[in-house]
Amino acid sequence: MQSLKIILILLLVVVLACLPLVIIKDSTLNLLILIFLYIILASSWNILGGYTGQTSLGHAAFFGLGALATRQLWIAGSPIYPSILAGGVLAVIFAMLIGAPAFRLKGVYFAIGTLALAQILNVTVGNVFPEIAALPVEDLTNYDITPRYYMFMGMAIIVVGVATILSRSRLGLGMMAVKEEEDAAESLGVSALKHKLIALGLSAFFTGLAGGGFAYYHVSYYFQFPFTPVWSLDMLTMVYIGGQGTVLGPIIGAVFFVVMKEFLVLNVGEYHLIVFGALFVLVVLFLPGGIISAWNKIKDAITQRSKKKAVKHS
Amino acid sequence: MLESAVQNLIFGILLGALYGLAAVGISMVFGVTKFLNVAHGDLLMLGGYASFWLFSLLDLDPFLSLPLTILFLVVVGVVLYQLFFVRMVKLPTEEKIKNTMLIGFGLSLIIQNIALLLWTADDRGITTSYSGEAFTVLGLRFPYVRVVGLVISLVCLFALHQFLRKTYTGKAIRATVEDWEAASLMGINIHKVYLLSFLLGTALAGVAGALVSVSFSVDPSMGMHWTLKSLIVMVLGGLGNFMGTFAGGILLGATESATGFFISSNYRQVVGLVLFLLILVFRPQGLFGIKER
Repeated sequence: MQSLKIILILLLVVVLACLPLVIIKDSTLNLLILIFLYIILASSWNILGGYTGQTSLGHAAFFGLGALATRQLWIAGSPIYPSILAGGVLAVIFAMLIGAPAFRLKGVYFAIGTLALAQILNVTVGNVFPEIAALPVEDLTNYDITPRYYMFMGMAIIVVGVATILSRSRLGLGMMAVKEEEDAAESLGVSALKHKLIALGLSAFFTGLAGGGFAYYHVSYYFQFPFTPVWSLDMLTMVYIGGQGTVLGPIIGAVFFVVMKEFLVLNVGEYHLIVFGALFVLVVLFLPGGIISAWNKIKDAITQRSKKKAVKHS
Repeated sequence: MLESAVQNLIFGILLGALYGLAAVGISMVFGVTKFLNVAHGDLLMLGGYASFWLFSLLDLDPFLSLPLTILFLVVVGVVLYQLFFVRMVKLPTEEKIKNTMLIGFGLSLIIQNIALLLWTADDRGITTSYSGEAFTVLGLRFPYVRVVGLVISLVCLFALHQFLRKTYTGKAIRATVEDWEAASLMGINIHKVYLLSFLLGTALAGVAGALVSVSFSVDPSMGMHWTLKSLIVMVLGGLGNFMGTFAGGILLGATESATGFFISSNYRQVVGLVLFLLILVFRPQGLFGIKER
């Protein structure tokens, strides 16, 4: 069973890796890039919000900082991959600066506090860099989507890989213990603050990398745009649609989010955000654990039934 | 210099009263039900539009049409409560906060985009015959509409205070806040208390919206901005103390105006947020709140 899973995953990776060789249409690749980007964002958010239970509404700050650093360095002439890495590092530095004071806040206060922090950066960046981040002409003429596709794909694999390893490691289990019952975890020698800070650091790093990827991918945008609160809300939305605290949940959530939005834009046009909002509310109301918990329930029901059958037959 | 600084402060306080009123609404709902209704700003926007359309289509004065605006928001509130929030009543507190917040985000998206479709993205403001007029004291201008806005906010606050202190229903609400299980055993209908608190919150959003549309302007995307302001002021003032919340609103308004005057209007929001974060970290119960436990 386990080896079958691994084979299936490898097969999927190979198929995804071969796609740019087969597909000529840029729009399909763009859609896949968007899916990868949102998988990275959702999985990163989930490390802090899902595993450790700290609902952040401020991840746009990490995403924006990653994008800002990468774009500035890249335009100034640094090679792109170190620039993206610098974006991730800057996000971590910011995260560590705000981490300890932010974690003095609990629950909803943490959510509102991080939202306020991100808004401070959002407004300040809008004031300091009011201009559009446009690419120099030579970069525009050389713009090729394929390396960007591979970069996002690689990044998504790394993030999901780290999230998987984390979910099975002592560190990850410590995070989940902190989420369940902070005092109990502390009494068993699990430092809540340490685990929260590590989760925040990892989460911020990958969100910053995603921001760097965004800066590499997007031709022109306002420097402020990656800092806008909608990014934080999207991350939270995807994770809750898919199922928070799991490895698969954010992936399912991200795919659902992007595909559903694309589908609605094409089919219901200007009503698409209304329908999407309604869908989201329905998921929260009727699938409290996200799509993945609904799926697990169905699976359980089936296995229960087959077990019963097996009992009857014997 | 001094005169314009004081003038600026007055405008800040008048704006802050609206922040305070919006925050008292969200705090009323959160304090009693633990529903974090992040669509509060969008309900406020609906109130603003209701007032605007009553004025421009039926020629109704925005202050006289307040009862109609409130009625409209109460109807919206009943629908939202019965469709969505009623399912959240029995959840444990943490779950309740999280789920209502998520539902609020969804509702906010829906309301905002319906408003965009129906009424376009244009800014709309109410311009009455007396809109530009003001009275002057010691050379300081007091625009009528904003002063009346402050008075109406204070009246709402006072009425709410008396209602919670003096009436049987008000006492039932306060008992529910203390301990909903005990209150329920004493024969208080928790569902009624929750619904009533929720409707008080939406009604206050309606009043605040009407006052915003007459003093400033409304547009479909304003919800997020006002929700954020309400949340900040709610935490700033401290939960469970409406006078404190209102004072928090005035403090935020005054701080923003002072920033606009002394530093730059680009950083109004930033300084307000920094103030908020400092208070949140060093005095988590809020300026006027009572420390829990």
